[in-house]
Amino acid sequence: MTNWIDACAKDDIDEEDVIRFDREGKTYAIYRSPDDEFFCTDGLCTHEQVHLADGLVMDYVIECPKHNGQFDYRSGEAKRAPVCNHLGTYQTKIEGDRVLIGLG
Amino acid sequence: MVIIGAGECGTRAAFALREAGYTGSVTLIGKEPHQPYERPPLSKPSTGEVTPKPIASEERFASADITLVTGDPVTAIDAVAGLVQLQSGRSLPYARLLLATGTQPRALPVEGGANAMTFRTLDDARAIFKAAEIASSAVLIGAGLIGLELASALRDRDISVTVVEVADRALGRAVPAELAEIIVARHRDMGVTFRFGTGIDKVGPSSVTLADGTEVGGDLIVAAIGVIPDTALAEAAGLEVGNGIKVGDRLRTSAPDIFAAGDCASALHPFYGRHMRFESWRNAQDQGEAAARNMAGGDSAFARVPWFWSDQYDLGLQITGLPDPAYRTVTRHLAADARLLFHLAGDGRLMAASGIGTGNAVAKNIRLAEMLIEKGLSPDADALADPAVNLKKLLRG
Repeated sequence: MTNWIDACAKDDIDEEDVIRFDREGKTYAIYRSPDDEFFCTDGLCTHEQVHLADGLVMDYVIECPKHNGQFDYRSGEAKRAPVCNHLGTYQTKIEGDRVLIGLG
Repeated sequence: MVIIGAGECGTRAAFALREAGYTGSVTLIGKEPHQPYERPPLSKPSTGEVTPKPIASEERFASADITLVTGDPVTAIDAVAGLVQLQSGRSLPYARLLLATGTQPRALPVEGGANAMTFRTLDDARAIFKAAEIASSAVLIGAGLIGLELASALRDRDISVTVVEVADRALGRAVPAELAEIIVARHRDMGVTFRFGTGIDKVGPSSVTLADGTEVGGDLIVAAIGVIPDTALAEAAGLEVGNGIKVGDRLRTSAPDIFAAGDCASALHPFYGRHMRFESWRNAQDQGEAAARNMAGGDSAFARVPWFWSDQYDLGLQITGLPDPAYRTVTRHLAADARLLFHLAGDGRLMAASGIGTGNAVAKNIRLAEMLIEKGLSPDADALADPAVNLKKLLRG
C-alpha cells in the first residue's frame, strides 16, 4: 500500500524548478514541470551523491549541479554522461494546495 | 581508431565513438597502470585511503567493445604510416588517432625542487595522503586551485598548512579577485597561513627556504605551480604545437587523420576567435566527445565556453566563460552570503559569470549564465543584479 506523505505546498516550488525534501534519513527531489505537473525522484545524483535540487531544471530534464549529468525527472532515465544509472522515482498527487509523495 | 591517453577526455571519446555509430575497432591506451579513473575526487578524499572512482566499469568497456591498454605508454607516432608504437614493442595501426595526452605538473625550477611532491595522478594522490597520515605540517607551493583544494583537505586532517605564492594574490589566473579574497579569508579562518609575493630559493627534505631567506618547515611539501601540456609525442610526429597541440575548431591537428582534445589541445575557439587551451574536467569530457564525433565522420565546430568548479571546505566556486578584469562586473547577492558576478564586455555582451556560496548554491544560476553567454546575449544589468529576476526568463526573452 502506498504511504502518502505530505511533502510541501504547490507554491513552494516554482514552475519548472525543483526543491529538496528530506524524510527519515532519505532525501528526495520534487519537481514542478512547465505544464504544472509534479514529480518526485531520489534526491541524490547517481554519480557522486550530489543533491539534485541544486541543479537546473529545463523542460523535463534535471541537470546535476556538479557534473552536468542529466535525467528525465518524469521517468528517472539517465540522459547524459557521466551518469549511467537511472534515478528512482515516486508517485505524486495533489490534494488542495499540497503535494503528496507516495513512498513504500 | 586509436586514442592515446585514458583520462577523462580519452575515455569519454572512446564511448562517444560508439555513440556516434562507429563499429570498427577502438583502442584506448593509458600510460598509467590503472583502470581509467576520475581525477576531481583525488584532491578531496573524505578520510583515509584514496579510492579511485572508475570512469566506467570493466563491463561497460567490454559491452562497448573498447580495447583498453594500461601501463603501456605510446613511445612514437608514425603519422605517415598511420602507426603508434608502444613501449612494450607492439605497434598498432590507426585509421584515425586522438591525442588526449593531458598535462604534467610543472617542475619547481629551484635547488631541491624535486623534494616537493606533485599532484596530478592517482599515484600522486596516494603518496600525498599517505604522507599526510603522519605529517603534522605542510608547505604548499602555489595558491592555485589544486594547492588550495589540497590545503582544505589537509586542514580537514588537522595538519598545519602554509601556502607560498609568488604572485601577490591567490587564484590569479582563473578567478576574479573579489572571489579569490573570499576563498583566502575562509582558508585563513580555518588556520591556513599565506605567504604571498614570495619566491622560493630552495626546497629541502622537510623545509622550504623562501626568497627572503625565511625557512618554513613542513613534513609534507607539495608544489602545485601549474601544468604543462603533454605535447612530446605530437612534436616528435611533426604536428604543429604551441602551448598545446594545435587544432582547428573541428579539433583536427595539422595531420588530417590525427585529432587532439582535452588539456593537451590548443583549439581554435569560435567564441573567442583564437586558440585556447582549457584545463578542466568538463572541457576534457566535452572536447573528447566532440573530437570523437568528428573522427566518426561528423563535421562540427567545438564552441562550448569553459566551465569549472572548485570545492574548498563548504564553499563551492563555479565559473563559466573567462572573467577578465577589463570587463564591467555586475553583482547579484543571493541568500546565505552566496553571490554571483556577471562579467560584461564594453558592448554589454555577457562574457563570463562567476559565483561562490555554500555547497552548490550558485550552480543553477551559473549554468543559466553559461547559456546566456553561449547565445551571445547582452542582458540588462539591472535584471542581472536583481535576485528576483529568474535568469531563465532572460534566456528565453
